[in-house]
Amino acid sequence: MSELFNVSANPHVRSKDTTQTIMRDVLIALTPASIFGIYNFGVDALIRIIVGIAACVACEALYEYFMHRKITVSDLSAAVTGLLIALNIPSTLNVGFEIVGCVFAIIIVKQLFGGLGQNFMNPALAARCFLLIAFTGPMTNFVTDTFSGATPLAVLKPGAEPGEATSLLTLFIGNHAGVIGETSVVCLLIGAVYLLVRRVISLRIPAAYILTFAVLIFLLAPGHQFDAMYMLKEICGGGLILGAFFMATDYVTSPITPNGKIIFGVILGFLTFLFRMYGGSAEGVSYAIIFSNILVPLIEKVTVPKSFGKKKPAKEAK
Amino acid sequence: MGKCTFKGGVHPFDGKEFSKDKPIKELFPEGDMVYPLSQHIGAPAVPVVSKGDYVLAGQLIAEAGGFVSANIHSSVSGTVKAIEPRTLATGGKCNSIVIENDGKYKEVEYEPKTLSELSREEIRERIKAAGVVGMGGAGFPTNVKLTPKNPEEIDYIIVNGAECEPYLTSDYRRMIEEPDKVVMGLKVALALFDHAKGIIGIEDNKPEAIRIMQEKVANEPDIEVKVLKTKYPQGGERCLIYATTGRSINSSMLPADAGCIVHNVDTVFSIYMAVIEGKPLTKRIVTVTGDGVKEPGNFYVWLGMNYRQLIDAAGGLAGTPEKFISGGPMMGFSMYSLDVPVVKGSASLLVMQKDIVSRVSASACIRCGRCGEGCPSHLLPAKLAGFASRGDEAGFTKFDGMECVECGSCSYICPAKRPLTQQIKAMRRTIMANRKKK
Repeated sequence: MSELFNVSANPHVRSKDTTQTIMRDVLIALTPASIFGIYNFGVDALIRIIVGIAACVACEALYEYFMHRKITVSDLSAAVTGLLIALNIPSTLNVGFEIVGCVFAIIIVKQLFGGLGQNFMNPALAARCFLLIAFTGPMTNFVTDTFSGATPLAVLKPGAEPGEATSLLTLFIGNHAGVIGETSVVCLLIGAVYLLVRRVISLRIPAAYILTFAVLIFLLAPGHQFDAMYMLKEICGGGLILGAFFMATDYVTSPITPNGKIIFGVILGFLTFLFRMYGGSAEGVSYAIIFSNILVPLIEKVTVPKSFGKKKPAKEAK
Repeated sequence: MGKCTFKGGVHPFDGKEFSKDKPIKELFPEGDMVYPLSQHIGAPAVPVVSKGDYVLAGQLIAEAGGFVSANIHSSVSGTVKAIEPRTLATGGKCNSIVIENDGKYKEVEYEPKTLSELSREEIRERIKAAGVVGMGGAGFPTNVKLTPKNPEEIDYIIVNGAECEPYLTSDYRRMIEEPDKVVMGLKVALALFDHAKGIIGIEDNKPEAIRIMQEKVANEPDIEVKVLKTKYPQGGERCLIYATTGRSINSSMLPADAGCIVHNVDTVFSIYMAVIEGKPLTKRIVTVTGDGVKEPGNFYVWLGMNYRQLIDAAGGLAGTPEKFISGGPMMGFSMYSLDVPVVKGSASLLVMQKDIVSRVSASACIRCGRCGEGCPSHLLPAKLAGFASRGDEAGFTKFDGMECVECGSCSYICPAKRPLTQQIKAMRRTIMANRKKK
């Protein structure tokens, strides 16, 4: 028999998880929050979600087609970006503006830097920040048929004009004003638990992030020191839960090293505290994550794990 | 007592169901027998027979070609047909002694001894004479391993019963079917040292083996069975030492530097055969398994036998399998031809219906970090593979690429299906070759 069999380097088996299954898990995990967003903000939210996903997938496919690259939309990463953009805008935002955000995220932030795995900023958050700067008014207009006026977080902002305080329960369930996907803490946590159980994310970043933020608020929040209720409302309000579990944990733009993840989370907590308490806007999560994304290479550099069995040089001398 | 383990590792499909309940079956060889002169780490053995000579089963046909080398014996009686290069399971060619089996199995006379009548020197001599080498795959000469620089510093002799490679069940069957000889082999090894204790490490997916071995060592104060968490590569030397003793070694150290000597189950069995029964290493257990053979099983095989005969023994091929692996799926070698002989390190022949690796294609790294979490050496494989692809030797060494044990966990776990192990392995080979040149 002169037949030759297939050869390859070891190992000869591969795990079932692929980039696609991981992205699919993220989409599944975001489903409860998306459904709540549609329930909360109506058909407007549904349209924004569909447009966001479609625009991002189309941008990626078209760019890769014209650049003669392999079309990679089936890895679902563009769909995740699209969904995250939709969840990070108000349901009232002009759909045209949303599409501009999607183009910015996929073409400028992701593809121009080399595509999946090469972008140094979270594309969805970069798009949100871009939209916030370019279209500040429409991006912060949270008046809908059901809700009027400021978000709960804006009311909590130190020095803000007194407004109607939202109860912690309302913040937890999510039937209040805000961007489409951030309002329901309970729905976001259901998704987060799913990601943790599926081992798509670890607790390192979100736990370090939320804990640092909580401790700082509890100890140092201007006018609300040692106010546990204020601290809980700050945690549940705004984009902290969405950001901590779904965007700060983005593989590409967070440190690859275990200790780096914790440092990354601590920096995020500190920056979010700073931006929310002393910044110009009530929100701080997006900017904190974008800013920390840029620090990732530095964090990785100082957190390279010690290899197994490595001894201190002094011990090696025999 | 908690289960012993290490940090890192992966959980591949274990596939042991195929063959774990199949008793060891003895397999008589047919046709020509091939004995490669390099079945071990170190210098090739030197033939002591020539073409036309008649040899008996158990007769020395090639002797150790240096300190780190091993004797080779014929497993059958017959006539030396040729000494010529033959293909090995690892893909390369090696000068081999070919013997025409006369089917009579006429054996040399063996000289059984009891442990008490042997001195330490005689024990080592008998192990050396029998050509015993590490049978987990690496093939390090056992007598050399048992002759460390500072014998008084050896605290533990660890028997590796982890068998963490998926599909393999040869060590498992050995522990179940011949536990007394395994324990005796360990006692022989322990007799070489003043205060060494024996540890038998077994993964918790083999409760039957754990039960039997615990029973057998109940009256042995110096031997302990340690239950290991089932995880690949639990049976890797460094992982096993850490899991059972809490000591850690790196690439520049030998286990003996941490006061440990690690032996595979079948190696310990061979020590028993060599020292007590006086028989050279001419047979071993091979697991023939996978969805590509009709009747997977465990076989007691004469060394030098052709792999094709293993397939026949396992009921023949099922359909048209795409991949043939010598060893386990994680660290084994895929073979382009089955015309290769069983050697001392051949633990298994795995036949797979589908070649999964050829069906996946690598995509961009998404920096998920799973490779780092799975790495038993706590490295960052994604980064190392990056250095490797750029040919950056300095960066590769700085990030401890030379500490890699090539276990394959990173390639296995990578969701982007990147050939990380392959890239890192290639770079390690380049660096080692360059070091030799200097």
